[in-house]
Amino acid sequence: MHSATSYFLELVVSGIAVGSLYALIALGFVLIFKATGVINFAQGEIIMIAAFIAFYFITRLGLSFWVAFPATLAIVAILGMITERLLLRPMLGEPVFSVVMITIGLSIFLRSLSGILFGHDNQVFPNPFPKEPLHLGGIVLSHTHFWTMIVSFGLMVAFLIFFKFARLGLGMRATANDQDTATLMGVNIKKVFALTWALSFVIAGVAGVFLANVMVLNVGIAFTAISAFPAVILGGLQSVPGAIIGGIAIGIIENLAGGYLDQIVGGGVKDVTPAVVLFLVLMIRPYGLFGQEEVERV
Amino acid sequence: MAIRSKTFSESYHEDIMVFRTIWSRCWAGVFIVALVLLPFLGDAYLVYLVNLSCLATIGALGLNILTGFTGQISLGHAAFLAFGAYTTALLGGEWNMPFWVTLPAGGAVAALAGVAVGIPCLRLKGLYLAMATMAFGVVVEYLVITWEGLTGGVRGLYVPTLTVAGYPLDTDEKMYVFLLIVTALMTAAAKNITRTRVGRAFVAIRDRDVAAEIIGVNLTRYKVTAFAVSSFYAGVAGGLYAYVMAYINPEHFTLMLSIEYLAMIIVGGLGSILGSIFGAVFIVVAPEFIKLFAQSMESVIPALEGRYDLEWNIAVFGLLIMLFLILEPGGLNAIWVRVKTGFKNWPFTY
Repeated sequence: MHSATSYFLELVVSGIAVGSLYALIALGFVLIFKATGVINFAQGEIIMIAAFIAFYFITRLGLSFWVAFPATLAIVAILGMITERLLLRPMLGEPVFSVVMITIGLSIFLRSLSGILFGHDNQVFPNPFPKEPLHLGGIVLSHTHFWTMIVSFGLMVAFLIFFKFARLGLGMRATANDQDTATLMGVNIKKVFALTWALSFVIAGVAGVFLANVMVLNVGIAFTAISAFPAVILGGLQSVPGAIIGGIAIGIIENLAGGYLDQIVGGGVKDVTPAVVLFLVLMIRPYGLFGQEEVERV
Repeated sequence: MAIRSKTFSESYHEDIMVFRTIWSRCWAGVFIVALVLLPFLGDAYLVYLVNLSCLATIGALGLNILTGFTGQISLGHAAFLAFGAYTTALLGGEWNMPFWVTLPAGGAVAALAGVAVGIPCLRLKGLYLAMATMAFGVVVEYLVITWEGLTGGVRGLYVPTLTVAGYPLDTDEKMYVFLLIVTALMTAAAKNITRTRVGRAFVAIRDRDVAAEIIGVNLTRYKVTAFAVSSFYAGVAGGLYAYVMAYINPEHFTLMLSIEYLAMIIVGGLGSILGSIFGAVFIVVAPEFIKLFAQSMESVIPALEGRYDLEWNIAVFGLLIMLFLILEPGGLNAIWVRVKTGFKNWPFTY
């Protein structure tokens, strides 16, 4: 009995650890959706590219992690602004389908370009955190996961405050609500969009560096973002706390399903669970736990 | 008789005609003759490429009916192709059924799957529908890999040669004739669906679903119909794919294939039958040109030598999707129409 309980707890804890990474990725999705009403399907590729940039900064240029990390974030922020200017600005006012497809096109373009440039070998990211795990009251946790949780939670609080009180955050919410009215009220929409994409890419960059620490670094880590979709949908596309709660919930569900069902059906359950959860949430409550229901008028 | 200039219609009948002028009839005739003569003139590889284009055309027609005409984004098209391909492979391989059972059965099974996805997805649209269909694709891919007893898992399935009335279609040329006939039938059917009541209902749903419902389009019925028709086409395409490749495995039916089909209809032209054909041929043939380009670049940039692989194609597909959506949302079909009207109305091209 005791071993069954501890197995369960073990699964839950490692689920929370993975989930905090999903939460971090989900935060990037939510930010863009909140301000521009777009889901960026290329988020996973940005995560991967950021991880590779940081990796090359550290291994090739010999920079220390604490220099390479902010430098990477600066580069992806610029990438975010370029993406917005080149791809999303011309699509203003176009149907959702076109915008979705633009980001999907960007995603496969970046992924295969990275495959060509970076190769498909597994790289080991030089871990800046101590190797030995943390012991927090009987629970064993790696430093990386611990810091991921701290950072996701910190970013969540920061964004809650940002959206509530900061001028720019208010501008973003206003833009999401109604672009025309926001312009009339003096919000500089172009600036808001550019900054939103830059910020979202920065979050992706943070997620990428943490992800590369936990997993092996290769082009495939871009697919982690697909597992983070259900987190966003479960939490609600507009909700910052929703992203965190959704991310952690998906992490736990995925781990539990993997831990208990893998023996029965034979492997791979962990990878498919997010997709099943996504489908179920969309059937039952498409706007998620904390999202806003869309009301339609002709 | 009044002298007619430009393109206009005097009656609704004229508006929905397949060939609006005697010349479009002639050109269609020339095109068919060229297709029939192709195996005698072109080499085997060209015939093989046209075979692949035929498959892609059928699949693209299906996706265009759902996404281009009805406006329902689907990122799970590969799953329906998989349904068709595996049904065909199992019926043809294990039970030795003839093609006139296996192909329609493949289509029917895929159509059932389409209805099964379409009904729960009725409430969803836009982003949410894209996510739901993508999740469906991932789940089907997982099932195909895991259900080894039925699908052979990652080892895949071998498919017997297609036999028509005791006559095996064992070369690309023989297959070509069969594919051409099936593709022509499917294209004609698609054209007819889109120019009748059903097709107009689809377009109404795409343009504004709430408004369509108010003017009397039964949303439930037509959305599910669109899913069923679209996945039937995908199923048939999948079945033919199984016959052409003679071997299928789960790696053929990934999210990437769904995106490739989306690339076809975007490049070809959303909501256009002719566009589906343009797009399918374009995406099938494009890798050949990319390869040529990569090889010719090798002499200029020596670092590129031997670096060409399938990833280049995917990168170019991604680039094409973005470029077409930004610069020419109507796709190749829009370019075609523009050039055509330019010639037709010359010198008064405005």
